[in-house]
Amino acid sequence: MSKIKHAFENGKALIAFITCGAPDLKTTGAAVRAAAENGADLIELGIPFSDPTAEGPVLQEASLHALKNGITTDKLFAFVKELRRDVTVPMVFMTYANVVFSYGAKRFFSSCQESGIDGLILSDLPFEEKEEFLPFGQAYDVALISQIALSSKDRTAMIAKEAEGFLYMVSDPGMEGTKNGAQSELPSMVKMVRQNTDIPCAVGFETSTLEQIKEMAEFADGVIAASALVGLLGKYGTDAPRYIGEYVKEIKMALKTSFSR
Amino acid sequence: MTNPKGRFGIHGGQYIPETLMNAVAELEGAYDHYKNDPEFNRELSELFNEYAGRPSRLYFAKKMTRDLGGAKIYLKREDLNHTGAHKINNVLGQALLAKKMGKKRLIAETGAGQHGVATATAAALMDMECLVYMGEEDTIRQALNVYRMRLLGAEVIPVKTGTATLKDAVSEAMREWTLRINDTHYCLGSVMGPHPFPTIVRDFQAVISKEIKEQMLEKEGRLPAAVLACVGGGSNAIGSFYHFIEDTDVRLIGCEAAGLGIDTSSTAATVNTGSVGIFHGMKSYFCQNEYGQIAPVYSISAGLDYPGVGPEHAWLHDTGRAEYVPVTDEEAVCAFEYLARTEGIIPAIESAHAVAYARKLAPKMDKDKIMVITVSGRGDKDCAAIARYRGEDIYE
Repeated sequence: MSKIKHAFENGKALIAFITCGAPDLKTTGAAVRAAAENGADLIELGIPFSDPTAEGPVLQEASLHALKNGITTDKLFAFVKELRRDVTVPMVFMTYANVVFSYGAKRFFSSCQESGIDGLILSDLPFEEKEEFLPFGQAYDVALISQIALSSKDRTAMIAKEAEGFLYMVSDPGMEGTKNGAQSELPSMVKMVRQNTDIPCAVGFETSTLEQIKEMAEFADGVIAASALVGLLGKYGTDAPRYIGEYVKEIKMALKTSFSR
Repeated sequence: MTNPKGRFGIHGGQYIPETLMNAVAELEGAYDHYKNDPEFNRELSELFNEYAGRPSRLYFAKKMTRDLGGAKIYLKREDLNHTGAHKINNVLGQALLAKKMGKKRLIAETGAGQHGVATATAAALMDMECLVYMGEEDTIRQALNVYRMRLLGAEVIPVKTGTATLKDAVSEAMREWTLRINDTHYCLGSVMGPHPFPTIVRDFQAVISKEIKEQMLEKEGRLPAAVLACVGGGSNAIGSFYHFIEDTDVRLIGCEAAGLGIDTSSTAATVNTGSVGIFHGMKSYFCQNEYGQIAPVYSISAGLDYPGVGPEHAWLHDTGRAEYVPVTDEEAVCAFEYLARTEGIIPAIESAHAVAYARKLAPKMDKDKIMVITVSGRGDKDCAAIARYRGEDIYE
């Protein structure tokens, strides 16, 4: 049974995304530990890709920076093994299909299991193409995590029905903080998800205020901090783990206070 | 040739973010409807013939034939189309389709600028807004085309990310489409990207081989022994090959940009040097490292400077139905000069890659055999760059 569900047993989950290797792997390790120690319930580790077509400028820059530093898939499996000596929260990889395909799907998924990776998110692998990798995920107990977006509309039910781990709700343009706009569609979307699956859903956010994050959390089971954390790494470099710890703590506290039962 | 999921053998598919899936589904639905709609096809034929100047000539290159001393050489003159290249075929088709779908805005990527100019042209003609993404490097190499696009009312956005060339322009256009799918159509310029683009673009470009076949039968009463075209993403090549795929006696030869040579890292010869991967929505051959990171590619030709190739070409390669040969910068430049002097035709540096291979192959073929070379575009845009390549101090 997937460890991922434990991430959602502690109130509203806070998921932290960090691109591996920007500015360097040592800082990534410190950032992961700072996030976990301050309340992150799940860590998404980004494997850098040369052409991250689904990402905005902050994550693009981090990806290219990491590749310039010589980060490779092999180095990251070794890095995760090292992290796993003390980091116990669920961890998933997030990357692009070609990284897995070129490594060999079987070899990639078995290495995930061996190093302690619980799930995989591939930004360019929609529902229609997931069969290519799904059997390996099942064989090595690595959840292949699906994404949905507000633009998914009538695709939502189909995706939710077969979702594994958790459902990643991509922050569409306009989703954040627009009470009357796109965000008003969020509740009905989550409702459609609920009708089709029991697995948790988490909403990604970019640079929202605490209030906006709380609004999103009201409808979802968790929130995903992505470019906010990677932005801190870009801004503070090797000093960033401290700021990441503070940021994670602040959001987790806000989630706890707002949604304590 | 396309199966329902947009596969060509193992190649093709739809490897794109979920945020784009409904957009491509909508496009697929609309195309399936309009491709058999008589009114749509009537309007498209009218645009092809009255606006773009089709059918393009199939010209017997008498001097080149005599000079090379082998096969009888015909040139398919896509360079004579309105806007100066084959790109207009695809763009008129997609713009008309987008208009029928109620879209008000066209976005496009461009390498050499030919597809951008064609898209800007169609947008002006059909009263649509137009945004063209172009690698910053290419905006310098092809400054005149940047001005052309602006003149036509398009906004040109220099892309500074990554290698600042064609692949980065594609990535940026995809990102922009994600942000605004409701009123925007992404007018992809080659037979690449996620299904249904490789099929749609191929169908609109297939007019090239349809005409070659008709013109050939009329002029010679038989089919050519070989059809040659340059391959970047591969749209003029697939257009030139398509109606000959079933005619297995016709050799189909795609000429890739080898840059400084396929034994160097400064190359864009994807089929010759790449491996199977997944990128920009499709499975196909790509120039990449062992970890699947897409490699920077190089060619003197901005239009062939792309690290991938269309999935149907990948499949034609796998099955052996088509051959893909590398042509270096130097060979292409010599062919550029050769065609100018021999036939009074200045080809695009992209098309010169096909002319270069023809110069090697034609002398080895019997005199009763026929070779068709698609001249995909005209070379005015390249004159300053080639002059500089030859050491002259000329700027546009």
